[in-house]
Amino acid sequence: MKSLKNIQSTFIPLMEENIDTDQIIPARFLKSTSREGFGKNLFRDWRYSHNDEAQPKADFILNKPEYKGSILVAGKNFGCGSSREHAAWSLLDYGFHVVVSSFFADIFKNNALNNGVLPVQVSDKFLQKIFALENGSTLSVDLEKQTITIDATGEQEKFDINNYKKTCLLNGYDDIDYLLSIKQDIINFEKTLA
Amino acid sequence: MGKTLFEKIWEKHLVKSIPDGPDVIYIDKHFIHEVTSPQAFSGIEKRGQQIFRPLKTVATADHNVPTINQHLPIVEEMSRLQVQKLLDNCKKHRIELYGLGHPFQGIVHVIGPELGITQPGMTIVCGDSHTSTHGAFGSIAFGIGTSEVEMVFASQCILQNKPKVMRINVEGELNKGVVSKDIILYIISKISASGATGYFVEYAGSAIRALSMEARMTICNMSIEMGARGGMIAPDETTFQYTKNRLFAPKEDAWDEKVEEWKKLYSDEDAVFDKEINIKAEEIEPMITYGTNPGLGITINANVPTVESISDEGERKNLIKALEYMGLTAGQSLKGMPVQNVFIGSCTNSRIEDLRLVASVIKGRKKNENVNVLIVPGSQQVAAQLSAEGLDVIFTEAGFKIRQAGCSACLGMNEDKVPAGEYCISTSNRNFEGRQGAGSRTLLASPLTAAAAAITGVVTDVRELLN
Repeated sequence: MKSLKNIQSTFIPLMEENIDTDQIIPARFLKSTSREGFGKNLFRDWRYSHNDEAQPKADFILNKPEYKGSILVAGKNFGCGSSREHAAWSLLDYGFHVVVSSFFADIFKNNALNNGVLPVQVSDKFLQKIFALENGSTLSVDLEKQTITIDATGEQEKFDINNYKKTCLLNGYDDIDYLLSIKQDIINFEKTLA
Repeated sequence: MGKTLFEKIWEKHLVKSIPDGPDVIYIDKHFIHEVTSPQAFSGIEKRGQQIFRPLKTVATADHNVPTINQHLPIVEEMSRLQVQKLLDNCKKHRIELYGLGHPFQGIVHVIGPELGITQPGMTIVCGDSHTSTHGAFGSIAFGIGTSEVEMVFASQCILQNKPKVMRINVEGELNKGVVSKDIILYIISKISASGATGYFVEYAGSAIRALSMEARMTICNMSIEMGARGGMIAPDETTFQYTKNRLFAPKEDAWDEKVEEWKKLYSDEDAVFDKEINIKAEEIEPMITYGTNPGLGITINANVPTVESISDEGERKNLIKALEYMGLTAGQSLKGMPVQNVFIGSCTNSRIEDLRLVASVIKGRKKNENVNVLIVPGSQQVAAQLSAEGLDVIFTEAGFKIRQAGCSACLGMNEDKVPAGEYCISTSNRNFEGRQGAGSRTLLASPLTAAAAAITGVVTDVRELLN
């Protein structure tokens, strides 16, 4: 996993609530056996009419060339539904490193963190402030300080992340490295279960 | 202070707690399938690691498999490769696989319980959010991502933040025509699709205790649809009777010992829950969803909410968008509305009891000529039982198509899809946009309500057919 520190970027606002992982990446695109290449099908059925790449839906935000950035900002309960990690892979593959929402579904949050995509949970009020910004405005996310800032106004909020996961992200460590390092503890624990 | 059922099992499986971090939880049983495992296998190989405890993982092929001609090579290339990859990986890493053609093959959350692999007190994970199904046995069971599948391969453990605990009590007796699917759709409609996010839910109360194991599985299955990490029900005599003599259940002395242990699995009287919700069983009527998340449900005789009746602006916007997708009008009644498809299957409602419920409604009747009815048993064993009981004759005579086991039109990864713009009354668990195929419009309901629509061709209150 690549390390993640500070990100300053324009953002793409997706003002929908309850965006489920079937929307992020529909089930019919889960047949690859690698982790790469899912970005082209991100929000597939919202992006294209009749499942045809030649027919992009002009009013969908990802199809508007003036909207760019590595931060996706979405309504509450982002990532609900299926546990498919392909949702996190498709966001990352498309170029998103941060997702901002006022509420995340649990499994998605874990999947994102395990792939170096940072879920930043903000208050509903702060989320609405971001949505109200003009296109081209930038946000700054500082993982070390756990802050997100609207650069134009300096308005800032702190976000939660446990210290363990923060250290993992800052250094590019993953949970499997950690679990392998405590294998003897696990073997000892197994003896207590028998 | 007493402990909740959840805490008792969590603490027993706690290897260690990371300060200001997650807990390390030992996993007793790990189920895998073809769609969310290949990247975990390649991940472990890339690290030069072996599977730490291969005997604790069981595999099946269910998500993308065709439901006809399963004895022939899979026609769709990507699906064929994915299933082949599972076969190769299981062989290479010495993992038990109940693949296509095996008499135990089926939907992962159907076969675990029916084979007696799922048992009370266990920790169970699978790369599928409906793993919560297994919680019906009084186990901690939840869905995980592929990185977490890799964690279990590498260490038989995963890192997990301890969730809060909620108890939902359903007291009283269910009305006629109301089954467990209606209970869970009712609960989700009350607390919303995100109402239990951050929680593990224990279902309790006399109405839950009175349910069979298969009915309990339906309830725990849909816990994720209100955002819960998982759902569970304390094991009791019903659980023990269901589990006893199943293939992988403990036998003889070991069985007696286990039952004594399992009898201690309940929430202590003075245990404290972070949240508690009380529901009267009598309030629940047959349910149906009208929107694009499982929280948007109403009783069968109610009208779709009007836009004005919703005060929250975000929710109002959600309703408008959902109704637009569904081709419905705010304030309208669903009853009498034509449907083109009925799907009976999925890890929520594809077990033999579900199919018996369907048969009880349709026996001696024929399906409406405008409806396409697909019935997909949850496993090869369910399919065999279906024939043994002669239900196949009832379904065939009614004009239903009986298919072979798999996830099928619940998520449309195989050929079983609902055409764009058409309605489907489905016994599955999700009504998301495009879930059953691009442009499909799903109305979630119980097997009884689905059966009623199959006969009449329109959304129907099943109680009118039962009288």
